[in-house]
Order: sequence, then C-alpha cells, then structure tokens
Amino acid sequence: MAEQNSQSDTSDDGTDAHKITARNVNVFYDDKQAIDDVSIDVDMENVTAFIGPSGCGKSTFLRTINRMNDTIPSARVEGEIKLDGKDIYDPSMDVVQLRARVGMVFQKPNPFPKSIYDNIAYGPNIHGLAANKAELDIIVERSLQRAGLWNEVKDRLSDSGTALSGGQQQRLCIARAIAVDPEVILMDEPCSALDPIATAKIEELIHELRGKYAIIIVTHNMQQAARVSQRTAFFHLGNLVEFGVTSDIFTNPQKTRTQDYITGRYG
Amino acid sequence: MTINELLFLVFAFGLIAWFVGRARAASFISSETPIINSLPNYHGWFATLWAIVPPILFLIVWINISPALITNMVLANPDAASITADSFSRSAILSEARAVANGSSQALFQEGSEKLVPLYKAAQSYYDSIAFAATLLLIFAGGTYAYTRLKPDFRARTNVEKVVMFALLLASLIAVLTTVGIVASLVFEAYRFVTLVSPFEFLFGTNWNPRDTIVAGEDNGYGAIPLFWGTIFIGAIIAMIVAIPFGLMSAIFLTQYSTPMFRSWMKPILEILAGVPTVVYGYFAALTVAPAVRDFAVMIGFSNAASDNAMAAGVVMGIMIIPLVASMADDSIAAVPGAMRDGSLAMGATKSETIKHILLPAALPGVVGGILLAVSRAIGETMIVVMAAGYAANLTANPFASITTVTVQIVALLTGDQDFGSPHTLAAFALGLVLFIVTLLLNLVALHIVKKYREAYE
Ligand SMILES: Nc1ncnc2c1ncn2[C@@H]1O[C@H](COP(=O)(O)OP(=O)(O)O)[C@@H](O)[C@H]1O
Ligand SMILES: [Mg+2]
Repeated sequence: MAEQNSQSDTSDDGTDAHKITARNVNVFYDDKQAIDDVSIDVDMENVTAFIGPSGCGKSTFLRTINRMNDTIPSARVEGEIKLDGKDIYDPSMDVVQLRARVGMVFQKPNPFPKSIYDNIAYGPNIHGLAANKAELDIIVERSLQRAGLWNEVKDRLSDSGTALSGGQQQRLCIARAIAVDPEVILMDEPCSALDPIATAKIEELIHELRGKYAIIIVTHNMQQAARVSQRTAFFHLGNLVEFGVTSDIFTNPQKTRTQDYITGRYG
Repeated sequence: MTINELLFLVFAFGLIAWFVGRARAASFISSETPIINSLPNYHGWFATLWAIVPPILFLIVWINISPALITNMVLANPDAASITADSFSRSAILSEARAVANGSSQALFQEGSEKLVPLYKAAQSYYDSIAFAATLLLIFAGGTYAYTRLKPDFRARTNVEKVVMFALLLASLIAVLTTVGIVASLVFEAYRFVTLVSPFEFLFGTNWNPRDTIVAGEDNGYGAIPLFWGTIFIGAIIAMIVAIPFGLMSAIFLTQYSTPMFRSWMKPILEILAGVPTVVYGYFAALTVAPAVRDFAVMIGFSNAASDNAMAAGVVMGIMIIPLVASMADDSIAAVPGAMRDGSLAMGATKSETIKHILLPAALPGVVGGILLAVSRAIGETMIVVMAAGYAANLTANPFASITTVTVQIVALLTGDQDFGSPHTLAAFALGLVLFIVTLLLNLVALHIVKKYREAYE
C-alpha cells in the first residue's frame, strides 16, 4: 500500500518528515488477526481520520500508537511504528514517556472521580511537570483554555469532574490529555456518546488544536471525518483499504470498497 | 392413635391421592383432547396437597390444644374434684397421672394420682378417636374437593406453583422469625440484668470483677469498659493492622498484576482459608503464636509479657480476616470501570500510580464497607480469643499484656454451674446484646456504603 502514502512530501531518507510512520503493522488477539499489514504516515499539520465499519480494527490500530494494546494480555503487535523516527516498540522505549507524548481521548468520556482541577493536574503531577502550585495552576488554566472549557468551569474547579455534562466531560478529558503537553492526540470516536451541540464544540476544538498536535480521530461518522480531517484512512476487515487527502477519498475514491462504504452500501 | 401414626396415615393417603389424581388426569387424554392444560403429575400433586395440607394443619393445632382438652375433661369428672387446690402439687399430680396413662412412666409417687390414671386413659382415648375421625374426614374432604376440580383445562400447574411459592415464603420467614425471637430473648434477659445492676455501672464502669450477689448502691464489679476496650483493641485495632494491608495488597495483586491463571488458583485458596474452622486458628494462636510473641516481647524488654497476650489473638484474628478483606476489596476494585484505569494508563501513569491515585480512591467506599464488615466479624469472633486471649480485664494498651474481650467473658460467665437467673448469666446476655447491637450497626453502615458505592458505578 506504499503508493497510497505518497501524497505528502516524504523526503527519501525518511527522517522527521512524518510525525508517525507505521510499516507493515499486524495485530493479533491470541490467534485472531485484527490488523493486517497496515502502513501509514501521520503528520503534524493534518488531522487524520480513521473510518470504517465497526470491528474493522480502527481502535485496535489506534491503540498501537500509544501502546495501549500492551494492557490487553491477548494482544500482540508486529511491524514497526516510529514516532519522530524512533521505534516505539523498541525495548529502550519507555512506555510511560511514550504515553505522555501520545495522549488519548476515549469513546466514552472517562473523567477520574476527582475534582476538575485534580483531573487536569493528574498528568502534570505524575510526570513532575510543575515545580510548585503556581506552575500547576498555570498548566491547569492553560489546558482548560485550550480545550475551550475554562470559561464554563473556572468558578468551580473543585467540583467533581463527573458532575459535568457529557460534552464538558469529554472536553475535560481532552484538556487532561493536553496538560502533559503531548505531541500526538489520539481520539477514539470522541463524539459517539455526545449530542450534536457537544459534538460541534469538540469538532471546533479539533480545528483549533490542529497544527499544535498531530491528531488522529477515529469516527464512524463520515460527515464528521469530512468536516474535521485533512487525511482519511479507510479500514475494512483489518486492512487499510485506502488512505489519502480527505476530499479525494470522499469525492473520488480509488477502491470500490471505499466507494461502497462512503455511499452507504454497507456499514 | 398417636400423632405419629396419624401423620403416617395422612402421608399414606397423600400418596394414594397422587396416584388417583394422576390417573384421573391421564384419563382425560384421548384422541380428541391430546393435550391437557397441565401434565398429569401436576394433577397428582394438586390432589396430594389438598389431601395432606388440611389434616396436617389440623394436627399442628391439635398437638397444642389436646393436652388442655384432656385435662379439662379429667378435672370435670367428680372423682377429680377431691384433689388438692395447691396449684403446684396439683399440676405435679396431673402430669404424673398423664405420664402413667400414656405409658411413659410406671411408678406413682404423688398422693391421689392413681385414681386419675383411668380418667386420663378414658379422656385420652376419647380425644384420640376424635382426632382420628377428624383427620380422616379432612383427608377425604380435601381429596374429594381436589378430585372434583380436576378437568382437562384445569390449571393444576399454576395452583401447585402458588403452593410452592407459599412454602418458600414460609421457609424464609423462619429465619426472620428466629432472629426476632433471639433479639427478643436477648432484650428480655438484658432488661432483667439492668434491674439488678445499674446500666450506668455496666456501660461506663471500669471495674470488671463480677460478684455473685448484688448489693445495691455499691460497685459490684460489672463495669464492662475493659471488655469493650479489649474487644476493640484485639478485633478492631490489632487484627485490622494485620488484615487491612495484607488483604488490600492481595486484592490489588489479584486484580491488577496476577495472570488470570494465578487468580483462578488464588481466589479459591483464599476462600478455603475463609472456611477454616476458627478453633483451628485458635490452636494456632494459643500454641504457636502466643509463646513466640511472648518470647519476642521479653527479648525486646517487656519482661512482664503474658503468654495469653492480646497480640497473639489479634494477629491470628487478623490473619483469619484477610480473606474477607481481600475478597471485598477485590470486588470493589474490580467494580471500578476499566475506563478509569485506561484513562490513567493512557496519561502515562504507571500501574502502581494508577492504583494509588485512581483505583483505590474510587474503590475506597467499597473497601471501607468491607473493612467494617471485617471488624464486625472480628469483634464477634469467639473461639480464637477464648483460646488465646486472657481472662483478666485489664484496661491497657500494652499489646503484650493479657486482655479480655466481650466474647471471652460471655463464655466465662456462662460456663460452670450457673443458675439461670443469676447476675452472671444475665450479664452474659447484656454483653451479648451490646455485641449484637454494635455488629448490627456496623453491618448496616457497611452494607449501606457498599450499596451506595455500587450504585455510583451503575
Ligand atoms: N480486547 C480484545 N480482545 C479480543 N479481540 C478484540 C479485542 N478488542 C477488539 N477485538 C477484535 O478486534 C477486531 C477489531 O476491533 P476494534 O479495533 O475494536 O474495531 P473498531 O474500533 O474498528 O470497531 C474486532 O473483530 C474485535 O472483535
Ligand atoms: Mg472502536
């Protein structure tokens, strides 16, 4: 599938042109293969959307990028995934550091049962990013501001994060991920549990975050992929069927499987 | 006929009714009506129930009222008019005559009872025949009624179901009623105790040295504070210092670190540990741990360490409680949504950071509930402390001293020759009541916390 990856200006030696380069990735759950020989490049300036029918392996592939598959005992990853040219599955890679660099937002908002402040402060605290309370306050405020939540919660930072509305909770989770200053943010269907207004806010937020972080968003909603992303990858049955500029994928798909999916022939 | 014979009769007819009902139902099945509402067996059961339940109910009532009926009949006889009016010897005479009449005793000692024997015999056979006739009548009335109701479309199944439900309800009521009875008797005896000894002395006094005879206005040695303290010290402090960390750590290991394989081995082992009879722990405490603790205490300079020290009993009790704490904590930690854990891990937290900052705080209410249940179990525990803890009511925080507990003193108060109305016995009931109230409250609070916690994640 290498020819599909050639839309952006790859320098031949492969150095830091792409934030993430994945080559020939296979993922197995015990003996069952969930991802079959996927190669893809993700860069900083574009939002990348993963689309495809349920169970095609979008989440599985997403989790290989911050090694969250390590937490699933039956999962096994083969192939090569590089972040800034360094193999993240190399034994010398510190998973804890990796996950601080590659943040994740989940399908269902999962704020910790702590105050709003402590939700954001959690990451900076465990990674020692703030020398004192004043610095921590700054990080918390900045993260909430970036996530577009500051004005809504600034007067009640000590309230429980779980008391917020679903959309606010999801933005809290984004703010939480931002707080450790990651380079990549992975979002696994971040809006699937939200109403249209909350969804619109998250999409707007993704626009604002574009360029500051390499963003990958999994979505089953094709309009959403079209709205928020500049690159789209279509997965089907564990394969990466097609990957390219979003507008091309939606207006001029090269593969019949992509076309069938986009026109709603199956899903 | 005796009650047993009558019961046998009832069941014999019940069996017959079953076959008759079944045969009747089977006879409904023909080529025109190949299917009847209920299987023939249900018709059989329906007939049986109608044949046996009314006579059994009758017999239960009969057992309770027939002695009085017989005695009344005997006393109504002019021959019985001459016996003494003194109620005590009168009832002795009557019961002796009755015993001889129904053959459970041979000899007569009481003056005037021998002439009552024939009267008793006559009355007994009179009422026996009434019971026999009534039983037969009820069997046939019930059986016939059931028989007339059997029809192809009769819903024997649902009717039998109702009876089954009723029987189950009755069974569950027995446990409830027994509890009520136990509490009532505890309350009653404890009330008798506080009429003897001032409740103020009992609940707040610090001198425990119970006297046999109570002198009003004096300190009678029924101050239970040393016992309450000992119970708390051994059951809620020493035992928990052992049980909480080990229980929590094994729960954390089981839920977060162990392989599924290890977990599937470890959980049953913990459950077996929870099922070891406490007397075994008691032996362990008294024979192994207590001497070791004493030697250790002497070594580090407590020359007055007792061999029945609080430490040994408390530590072994803590070991006994570990499985309980571990399994409650295990449940609570496992109930924290996986999304919390994933959220923390995805932030780059390590496993132990995730446990410390996310899982344990989230599981805390459940864990606390489990610990309260464990405390309530520990303070009510008897065997270990009876075998390993002391009998001396010392009010001390020295774990190497001999300290006694409520349960130990209950045992001590009730063993030996004790008159049932003596202050010793009554004090045991009062202690039991206090223990009951405390454990009940602990359980209620614990269950409430655990329930609230479960709701929070549903
Ligand atoms: N933890 C797991 N254990 C075993 N199989 C899994 C696990 N997670 C996902 N799978 C399987 O892997 C395939 C891809 O799943 P997933 O990545 O969740 O798809 P998607 O996110 O595209 O809906 C599915 O067939 C799914 O059943
Ligand atoms: Mg998914």
